[in-house]
Amino acid sequence: MLSIEKFGFSFWRGDNWDPVSGDFGALPFLWGTLYSSILALAISTPVALGIAIFISELCPSGLRAPLVFLTELLAAIPSIVYGLWGIFVLVPVVRSFEVALPDSLREIPIFSGPPLGVGMLSAALILAVMVIPYTSSVAREVLKSVPIAQREGAYALGATRFEAISAALYYARTGIVGAIMLGFGRALGETMAVTMVIGNTPQVTTSLFAPQHTMAAVIANQFREAADELYLHALIEIGLVLFVVTLIVNALSRLLIWSMKPHRQTAKARATVVKNVAAA
Amino acid sequence: MRGTLWRKTVSWLFVAFSGLSVLIALVPLAFILFFVVGRGIQALNLQFFLGTPKPVGEVGGGMSNAIVGTLMLVGLGSMFAIPIGILSGVYMAEYQGTRSASAIRFAADTLNGVPSIVIGVFVYGIAVLPFQQFSALAGGLALGIMMIPIIARTTEELLILVPSTMREGALALGATRARAVFTVVLPAAAPGIITGVVLALARIAGETAPLLFTALGNQYFTTSLTQPIASLTVQVYAYAISPYEDWHRQAWAGALVLVSIVLLCSIFARVATHRLERMARGT
Amino acid sequence: MKTTKALWAALALASVLGASVAAQNVQINGAGATFPNPIYSKWFDEYRKLHPNVAINYQSIGSGGGIRQITNQTVFFGATDGPMTNEQLQAAPGKIMHFPTVLGADVPVYNIPNFKGELKFSGALLADIFLGKVTKWNDPAIAKLNAGATLPATNITVVHRAEGSGTTYIWVDYLSKVSPEWKTRVGVNTAVKWPTGVGGQGNEGVAGLVSQTPGAIGYVELIYALQNKISYGSVQNMAGDFVMASEQSVTAAAAAAAGQMPADFRVSITNAPGKGAYPISSFTWLLLYENPKDKNQAKIMVDFVKWALADGQKFAGPLGYAPLPAEVVKLELAALQRIKLS
Repeated sequence: MLSIEKFGFSFWRGDNWDPVSGDFGALPFLWGTLYSSILALAISTPVALGIAIFISELCPSGLRAPLVFLTELLAAIPSIVYGLWGIFVLVPVVRSFEVALPDSLREIPIFSGPPLGVGMLSAALILAVMVIPYTSSVAREVLKSVPIAQREGAYALGATRFEAISAALYYARTGIVGAIMLGFGRALGETMAVTMVIGNTPQVTTSLFAPQHTMAAVIANQFREAADELYLHALIEIGLVLFVVTLIVNALSRLLIWSMKPHRQTAKARATVVKNVAAA
Repeated sequence: MRGTLWRKTVSWLFVAFSGLSVLIALVPLAFILFFVVGRGIQALNLQFFLGTPKPVGEVGGGMSNAIVGTLMLVGLGSMFAIPIGILSGVYMAEYQGTRSASAIRFAADTLNGVPSIVIGVFVYGIAVLPFQQFSALAGGLALGIMMIPIIARTTEELLILVPSTMREGALALGATRARAVFTVVLPAAAPGIITGVVLALARIAGETAPLLFTALGNQYFTTSLTQPIASLTVQVYAYAISPYEDWHRQAWAGALVLVSIVLLCSIFARVATHRLERMARGT
Repeated sequence: MKTTKALWAALALASVLGASVAAQNVQINGAGATFPNPIYSKWFDEYRKLHPNVAINYQSIGSGGGIRQITNQTVFFGATDGPMTNEQLQAAPGKIMHFPTVLGADVPVYNIPNFKGELKFSGALLADIFLGKVTKWNDPAIAKLNAGATLPATNITVVHRAEGSGTTYIWVDYLSKVSPEWKTRVGVNTAVKWPTGVGGQGNEGVAGLVSQTPGAIGYVELIYALQNKISYGSVQNMAGDFVMASEQSVTAAAAAAAGQMPADFRVSITNAPGKGAYPISSFTWLLLYENPKDKNQAKIMVDFVKWALADGQKFAGPLGYAPLPAEVVKLELAALQRIKLS
């Protein structure tokens, strides 16, 4: 592959994407993909876990089916519809927020940058909403597989709901991590909704307001017209790395989730429940 | 020693946060549906369903070519994915526990997670470049590849659920293994498998990225398999990023049609699963 | 099960019918520039009214896309506003010919809060804005050319194309001629490394972003500014006049080049000399193989181009383009003869 021959690993260290001179550095896309996905995870994980816990542990049984249906609906909405809503509804709202931010806060690097509306913040928000149903449905499944004796034991010892659920979460921790990683894998590969709201500008910056770019979005934008072989191979190399990274993340998450299947009453789990209650 | 009051407060806050997260997740959902339905309905009219796009900048026209395009692409994808998906599912269910079955399951699950843009690039390389033609077939192939894992896993899980007595009964009557599976077990699992297929359809009907490099697009009404074809998703994308008000309106209408298709499929799947569960429980 | 069988049968029938209907109708696929998309889509629609069995499907994916896809032969014709370079021509499997179709203009569009008027820009000023050196609308460099305009202290947001584009080519070709710094720092190509700004998809995307972002400035083909009622400014030409893009000013820009057209029609008319010439004008070209594989489609396309060069030109003005000079049309009709139809 021409881009590997020409650049080797420095392809991923360079931040200069210049089709004119044939100098390709893919760091901005790697940065944008990772930054947007990690931000999306940070926003979505607490919400998704909260939903999973609510549905599996706390909610009245009549509400359970409708809530499950509604969260799955979030997953069913096509990404182009998210993108459409993003352009016309989310971006103006984010822009007014960015414009209204007091100037004193603009000194902080993450709030620097022009208040365009399109940019990392909008992309992270949309990705977060798209990822929530994936993480929450797997987390729900994982919590279901925690043996009921665990919880009943905790309550019998006088645990509050928080303590009992924490014990269940601890027991299910590998599966929960797997659920989070699944969401991560989903966010890494999302193309359309992101390219419509992120601003499509390759740059490496921590600013939430600045327009940035992701690996999936640059392929969608530039693949059809990479006019020379080096350009095309550079884009294909980006696609290849995206493929491998999502492969690894998804495989890891599957392994973690599968490891939850056999029911294991570990001494550690029992000890945790006792510890939490005894601390009271 | 932490007081009971403290523990109870923490617990109560936790429960409140949990409930709050449900609301937080439902807000964007309501928001999106509100806008899609609100703005989409205004633009839905007979012209939208029967007309084709007008020259750039002129008001009017419709998306009939895109709607038919999506239906055709989904149909082509199903024709490709259903046989392969079901056969893989059968293999995984019949040879449960073997390494090959686990390997296939792993492969199906990872294929599920491959970004759709990567699949689009792959299919461009194998189905567009060699034939020097963007086509509905290539688009259908890309969508089909995405359907396979969903159908395979659903088939496998449902086949496992079929009581082994059915399979054993067929074998006892002298059927070969293959016959037992295909004439007895599979039909028993059929309703559930159809549900899985419907869910897969709903998922790919909303895909855009893989179609950008395979089916390309077409402003005319066509049902040809070897020509580029329009699709709701790509058309909505093109209209959304344009500066024309009329095209924005049509984009919302297209989004409404897409969401309706997906909603109908999901409701169908849910009702079907519910009835299947009731049948299985014997009520 | 019966309904599923019926559905499959219906689909099979539809495909067969579709294929047979398609055999009588001819579909020709092309892709490329968004710059001429409004007039091309009008032309293909009008041509279809004259020849109802011909469907020319044009996908506006950008000039870079047009060049790439015709090189790969995945489309029958391409369209670009940035002529193919010698390297690109050599990379193609056969000889590709350029045919100018209309003249068009890139205009600087902007969205300034509380300001709806017409701004004057010099070439150097535009270069400085796009280089990121002028960052606020109330910068003295802008005020110098626009005495009397009250401009706010809003930040300037540059909007450019996210993908390979002939509209970009025309714009940066002009900037390179008027700004040595631009020429060395950025250069000329269908896709460049932008010093600053946000990327939109297609002329449509840039127009959309500019109209939605207060403080934005971008460049689009004239028709996109007109159809979407976005404010655009005048640009100073070589003779020193501030000229707004229009049919007359664009035609004036082509006047000098018309007499000295190179045989392959690849010529740049940005920063053209002459009073009243609009400095960011350009031809836009259709790309066709000299010896195409599908002779049937070739016959139709040649007929279409002849129609476009004659009757089609009358649609140019109302859509914000300018018709080709008569000398150029004559040369093109001669060149069309070289396309091998058998």
